[in-house]
Amino acid sequence: MVGAACAFYCADAGLRVTVLERASVAGGTTSAGEGNILVSDKEAGAELDLALLSIRLWRELGDRIGAGQLELQPKGGVVVAQTPEAAAGLAALTARQRALGVEVTDVSQAELPELEPNLTRRACSGAWYPQDMQVQPMLAAAELLRQARAMGASVRTRTEVTGFRRDAGGALAGVDTESGPLTARWVINAAGTWGGEVAALAGAPVPVLPRRGFILVTEPLPVVVRHKVYTADYVASVASSDAGLETSVVVEGTRAGTVLIGASRERVGFDRQVSLTVLRTLAAQAIGLFPFLAETVLLRSYLGFRPYCPDHLPVIGADPRVPGLVHACGHEGAGIGLAAATGRLIAQSLTGAATDLDLTPFRPDRFTPEPARAAAQPGGTA
Amino acid sequence: MPASPAEHAPDGSAGIAAYDVAVLGAGPAGLAASTAAARAGARTALVDLAARVGGQYWRHREGDSGAGHHHWPALRGLRDAAGGHDRLDFLPGLAVWHVERTPGGFTVHATAAQETAGRQAREIRCRALVVATGAYDRQLPFPGWTLPGVYTAGGTQALLKGHGVTVGQRVAVAGTGPFLLPVATALARAGATVAGVFEAGSPAGFRRHPAAIAGRPGPLIEGAGYLATLARHRIPYRTRTTVVAAHGTDRVTAVTVARLDADWRVLPGTGQRLDCDAVAVGYGFTPQIEIPLQLGCATRLDADGSLVAAAGEDQRGSVPGVYLAGEVCGVGGAVLALVEGELAGLHAAWTTAGTRPRARALARLTRRRSALRAFAAGLHDAFPVRPGWMSWLAQDTQVCRCEEVSVAEVRRAVTELGATDARTVKLLARPGMGLCQGRVCGYATACLAASLRDQGGAPGEEDLRGLAARPVAQPVTLGQLAGQ
Amino acid sequence: MSDRLRFTFGDREIPAEPGQSIGAALIAAGYRSWRTTRQGGAPRGIFCGIGICFDCLVIVNGRPSQRACLTEARHGDQVEPQEGAGRAGLAC
Repeated sequence: MVGAACAFYCADAGLRVTVLERASVAGGTTSAGEGNILVSDKEAGAELDLALLSIRLWRELGDRIGAGQLELQPKGGVVVAQTPEAAAGLAALTARQRALGVEVTDVSQAELPELEPNLTRRACSGAWYPQDMQVQPMLAAAELLRQARAMGASVRTRTEVTGFRRDAGGALAGVDTESGPLTARWVINAAGTWGGEVAALAGAPVPVLPRRGFILVTEPLPVVVRHKVYTADYVASVASSDAGLETSVVVEGTRAGTVLIGASRERVGFDRQVSLTVLRTLAAQAIGLFPFLAETVLLRSYLGFRPYCPDHLPVIGADPRVPGLVHACGHEGAGIGLAAATGRLIAQSLTGAATDLDLTPFRPDRFTPEPARAAAQPGGTA
Repeated sequence: MPASPAEHAPDGSAGIAAYDVAVLGAGPAGLAASTAAARAGARTALVDLAARVGGQYWRHREGDSGAGHHHWPALRGLRDAAGGHDRLDFLPGLAVWHVERTPGGFTVHATAAQETAGRQAREIRCRALVVATGAYDRQLPFPGWTLPGVYTAGGTQALLKGHGVTVGQRVAVAGTGPFLLPVATALARAGATVAGVFEAGSPAGFRRHPAAIAGRPGPLIEGAGYLATLARHRIPYRTRTTVVAAHGTDRVTAVTVARLDADWRVLPGTGQRLDCDAVAVGYGFTPQIEIPLQLGCATRLDADGSLVAAAGEDQRGSVPGVYLAGEVCGVGGAVLALVEGELAGLHAAWTTAGTRPRARALARLTRRRSALRAFAAGLHDAFPVRPGWMSWLAQDTQVCRCEEVSVAEVRRAVTELGATDARTVKLLARPGMGLCQGRVCGYATACLAASLRDQGGAPGEEDLRGLAARPVAQPVTLGQLAGQ
Repeated sequence: MSDRLRFTFGDREIPAEPGQSIGAALIAAGYRSWRTTRQGGAPRGIFCGIGICFDCLVIVNGRPSQRACLTEARHGDQVEPQEGAGRAGLAC
């Protein structure tokens, strides 16, 4: 998705773009995404700024391409606090977010059933975020690529980058692939959970690591969950650096009628083995929030690997260590939602336009302490 | 029935039965494997969804005399052996939804199949696992195939043998493969009019395998018997012909039958309308391999274009402790399944109970297996599915029955959205995302994806895998999953 | 003397043999479909007959989405045709 967004915005800005995908369209991290476009789960800081920008851009993409084409649903999010402590924490969070421009309304226990009739009556309180949206990640990524192609971009699937080419001065001159070299002024590393591998190949390491997550998919149902619903401990789970299993409840319906249930986070490398322990935990927690789910049939489950950086912020922008190398990865579980802003910021930075946000918090070299290093310049370097 | 060895659970946990060998599927392969393993000293569980043994091949009702079945004495013998052996527990009515590798072997997760049995969750531990889950009809969509009254060939047979019901009064039987013959003759014997048997292929190619024929005259004689029965009932048997459309408003009332060229492209102008009130259709079989896939077993593409689990000399899968027998490791019929099952059972018992099989028995079974596999290969060669079949699709023909995805939507995923493989088609256009999780539409979707990608290419292993993996093999509720 | 069991389907009584599935009994009684699809509202009944296609879904004793071809008919069962996912009661 991030690569597709970069291709779209760069092509839109008049740049000549080639997308290299080693497998299939939207086949990597994106294919396991849930489709979250959220401001609700962001604490104050650079990520919230990015999210607010991205939400606005996703709406524009919906208007421009057609919300139906993307299955973009401005359904809004409901956060539920299940204990008095969580309720207090949630109220404090919404106050902070409101002060920074997030639209949010506190919801009392009595008002929750009006928002979600099938929600447990045992919840303490909630918060309503009208800005939260849902998109079908694979469709949206494929559509963005299609639009990019219509603007002159070319997309090459089953084409793996095997190396990076430098010019005499050490700047990037392009890439090597199995079907031959490609010259380019800039190379954007939007390789999701494999962004770290690609960065290492380019000689500019970036610590992107996988954080495994499972999603349960139910049988198709009529609309039984109206919004994106999750529990107030989700924010803490995302921000945690714990290596063990972290779970929180995330439940929402889809256009197709299935209900998606998450969310788990584990640091187990790229282990694709299904963990029944995780599936059982997700099921039990989801039933706690929506009791009717006990009698709902599980259709399938899938897993994916979120690309995370140690400080839980993505890497966006030019890499001062290798002129011409640009990164757009490490978005952890927010890649779908933050893709639009990322793509736009990258396109701005490559064309020398002023970026809508300061990219300093996302700079690729922030992990390696180097003496007297100048801050990365937003413009492209030749 | 002997008491369940629940008390013997190695970790002392209650309600979890523990065995040396668990056999999944009580058809010919599973019956042979479980009886062989139990005779060799292994504490064995035989698990099946149905209430009685037999699988699809020997689907029968209480009190069935066996008149309409083949190798009935073999079933009787195995059924008696399964019922009487004190080291063999037959566990019927269990829907296995997931098998995982656990220390010391495997844990089989199942729920009670029939709703009134309390939908109890069951766990079965075993040290070795034999997967004998068989196969189901392979389907090729055609306009009108979703009309009520269109059945699979296997479904027609199951309704007749298992429930004593004929699907209609005037039935058209179509598709490819020798299975069409017993379906048609069973219908005729039950009193239905069979409007015709329409074989899309042209089995003359079978003559290319004289060695196989010389070693296995049985099925040829069977085949001649079927044809004689068809002739006696005056049922036309046409080759290079098949049903290319079904007609009706809320149930099928007629079909169009047309002639095909050698590539299965419809020959224009040869379509003929045929009145009927039911259609039985089947184009070979698709092995049911989601459990080997859950366990990480290697697969391969078999001669009939099916994705099968790869089995070694001793019927081992690529994952230690997993054995495979019957259709799951290659569609080859009941007699081959019996042989592979016995081999798998003997080997599984060897590694768990320590009973070494007699060398002569192994040699005999291995020889029979080679001969039967050669014969099966000959059959696959004689009844291939040819890519021209896609010429009978209309843009609005449903490829995926569950999610009602049309040919046009599948094409769009490839031509506009850039999908280059079946899995991506599935994730973009949703064929295979419904309740059946790609069991029915998987092969056709893979054909369409491959053909659009490679200009008429056949589906490869990667395409088929994209619609074959299912972490949840049978319906289980979230409540059951959560252990509530 | 026939001691056939009977179940209700809508407002009709359907006879069944012991061991027969609900789907088989419905076919024997002349039905070809007892369900409509979620998107197109198209009629469906049995297709594969062995429980792998999930076309033959029917509501049995209040439980939706039961595979009629696998569910044994029992005397007194109340079977209803299913529209779509069969969970209209939960819809909000």
